[in-house]
Amino acid sequence: MPSDELKVIERTGPHPPLVQLLAEADRQMTICNACRYCEGYCAVFPAMELRREFKPDDLIYMANLCFDCRACYYACPYTAPHEWAVNVPEIMAAVREETYREHAAPKMLARLFMGSRLLASFAVVAIVSLVFALVLATSGSAAVFGTTGANFFAVVPYWSMVLPAVAVSAYALAVLAAGGVRFWRDTGGTVGQMFSVSALFRASKDALGLVYLKGGGEGCFYPDELPSMSRRWFHHFVFYGFMLDFASTTVAAFYDHFLDAHAPYALLSVPVVLGLVGGVMLTIGAAGLLGLKWRADRTPAHPSMLDLDVVFIGLLLATAVTGLLLLALRETAAMGTVLVVHLGIVAALFVTLPLGKFAHVTYRYAALVKNQIEIAESEHSA
Amino acid sequence: MTTRASTMTPRYDVIVIGGGNAALCAAIEARRGGRSVLILEAAPTMFRGGNSRHTRNVRYLHRGEDFHLVGDYLEDEFYQDLLDVTGGNTDERLARLTIRASEGVGHWMAGNGITWQGALRGTLQLSRTNAFFLGGGKALLNTYYETARKLGIEVQFDAEVCGLEVRPGDFHQITVGSEAAARLYEAKVVVAASGGFEANLDWLGEYWGEAAQNFLIRGTPYNKGGVLKLLLAAGAKAIGDPREYHAVACDARGPQFDGGIVTRLDSVPFGIVVNRDAQRFSDEGVDMWPKRYASWGGLLARQPGQIAYSILDAKLASEYIPSLYPAIRADNLEDLARHLRLPPVELRHTIEQFNAAVVPGTYDPTKLDDCHTEGLEVAKSHWAQTIDRPPYMAYPLRPGITFTYHGVGVAEDGQVIGDDGHPLGNVFAAGEIMAGNILGRGYMAGFGMTIGTIWGRIAGQGAAAHAER
Repeated sequence: MPSDELKVIERTGPHPPLVQLLAEADRQMTICNACRYCEGYCAVFPAMELRREFKPDDLIYMANLCFDCRACYYACPYTAPHEWAVNVPEIMAAVREETYREHAAPKMLARLFMGSRLLASFAVVAIVSLVFALVLATSGSAAVFGTTGANFFAVVPYWSMVLPAVAVSAYALAVLAAGGVRFWRDTGGTVGQMFSVSALFRASKDALGLVYLKGGGEGCFYPDELPSMSRRWFHHFVFYGFMLDFASTTVAAFYDHFLDAHAPYALLSVPVVLGLVGGVMLTIGAAGLLGLKWRADRTPAHPSMLDLDVVFIGLLLATAVTGLLLLALRETAAMGTVLVVHLGIVAALFVTLPLGKFAHVTYRYAALVKNQIEIAESEHSA
Repeated sequence: MTTRASTMTPRYDVIVIGGGNAALCAAIEARRGGRSVLILEAAPTMFRGGNSRHTRNVRYLHRGEDFHLVGDYLEDEFYQDLLDVTGGNTDERLARLTIRASEGVGHWMAGNGITWQGALRGTLQLSRTNAFFLGGGKALLNTYYETARKLGIEVQFDAEVCGLEVRPGDFHQITVGSEAAARLYEAKVVVAASGGFEANLDWLGEYWGEAAQNFLIRGTPYNKGGVLKLLLAAGAKAIGDPREYHAVACDARGPQFDGGIVTRLDSVPFGIVVNRDAQRFSDEGVDMWPKRYASWGGLLARQPGQIAYSILDAKLASEYIPSLYPAIRADNLEDLARHLRLPPVELRHTIEQFNAAVVPGTYDPTKLDDCHTEGLEVAKSHWAQTIDRPPYMAYPLRPGITFTYHGVGVAEDGQVIGDDGHPLGNVFAAGEIMAGNILGRGYMAGFGMTIGTIWGRIAGQGAAAHAER
């Protein structure tokens, strides 16, 4: 009596409704829970073993606990062409993408931006052009094309730089925070748990160390069936490079506000060194990740999540490269043009932060915290 | 190295037939011994690796801590465990050789890229006898294939061997593919590591008749036993009862092939099992699983239609590992009988009779408890609890065949021997095709991988030495 209980759930269109994705994730987790061979790879499978059935909130939590290391895909004897066609990294990425989409705001913009790689690229070009046009209209072409001597504020006045930056960052933070809180509530978290110090500490260690990009200990399975640490190192370069650049901007603002020391800063000053090192790290990391994604096996990838990855990493790479270019050309007449393009890209990065892949920071971290709470509870009851 | 010599037929020092654990271990050792090696794997790349795809751990001898293994596991205890499961159906000389040679195999495997899984919060506790490789058998195979690639071992997939001409003192000739599009290969030494014949339902049908068509084959559909047949025809000594196999209770709703670990059902000891006439036929509570796990396949194979039903009630719902397919549920026994197409009057009678015979005790699934039945023709000796709290639940069971015992005899150096006990000449065997020499009956977790690894290595080293002559 062959059963069709385990038949692959049909999905309609490139962005199928969440209920289809959850039904497919439930089907696959039911197979995995009867197998459990992958339990040594990551946090998803031990979390699965704590459950006998998988409700939507369980699956959304588990999807965000998946770091797409793909170890389980290559270890699975039930991947296609086996009739069960298990592909956990793909379905988890599909559910994750829905999490980002669901919690993004404004929704209409998010649907547009997350619609396709083409639309997203178009949005980025539009934002960069808009910034360029605004600067040209307000500062005049003489200021943009004629300024020399690294005088950034002659091209874009100080407050024109600071005010939009603060506004866009505040908007991004607000949307991400609201999404995080909703995600927490939707996956059954309480307000009290949100402030569990030991869980926050352990989850931060997991996140900052990229523990789950170690796969089962030897790294992620990119570009295909053998593990390597390259994805983890590239990601570290992106994250810590980004943080150094962020620190550079913060220090520069401090110098400007409190020490009355204004840009341009000397090559060996703190802001420039932080920015330079950060920019180089970010460039290496982002280019490395893009290269890995380019070469990687597409079977365990979810196509539209791959689009989000490429757009986000591309923006990070463009931010880093134009930032470095600005440093290199700051004494030349090209400075104004490069500065405006750089600011346009940074604007595009921040405007799209809550609309794209950056959102993973929020939901992954929330899932890691929930995971630490769950581990503590299961150890307590055991 | 003697490759691609004078003729058009590709020549190798060593050709390994098969693509699972034993084959890879043999190929790696032969190549390390300096020989040219070709692997002929019948399956396509995505399904490579035979039944090793579904394995998870290996049992080996160790003195003190060894990776994540704790304590000691020494020869006498190991051999006693083997005697217990086989009931003495083993060749002591070869068995002890296997056990002794298994010491240090964890390090050999790690040296070839295998990663070990530590103790977790989940299913696995610290183990003394069995080491778990991270990710299971397919991950192990991926690692070994990569090791083989780095060593310069050639591999052909979709390469089913359909002809083997054993020519002692000369190059053996191997035919691959269908008669219409046959390819020839020649090798000084052949290692047969091509598994058993459990996926060949017609062959099983020779002993089991129609019943064989109702068997589920848990592993690869590529274990058709073609090479075993060729070796037996070439005069190899037959060992192991061809009628016997290792089988467990699997969910009848599973696929006919390749269901692997997930379709096995652990629910049997907690409830009762009835056949299609709604009659109980065997004591469900004899012993703990996994010890008892192994006997149910054979019991099911001997029931009419090779089907039976594990029946439980609501209070027993979460005692066992989650099942792949959901339980068939009903609020009363009549509906349950209807869903299962069992005679309802008989089912009710069987369950009422069972319930009346249950002697209340202290239920404890972690040991042989005192909950048993009295006065039944087929007793349940432990964990007997009345089945009376709806919803009632059932799982349909079929025999899930894991492996066969029938194979070829081998000498201590891994060479295949003839009926007279002398080697056939430069033909070696490893893995399931010769495992019946050592594990002639029963099942011992992780021991198939021990035999595959140890005899793969022995055969590979032997092949390397013989190819030199």
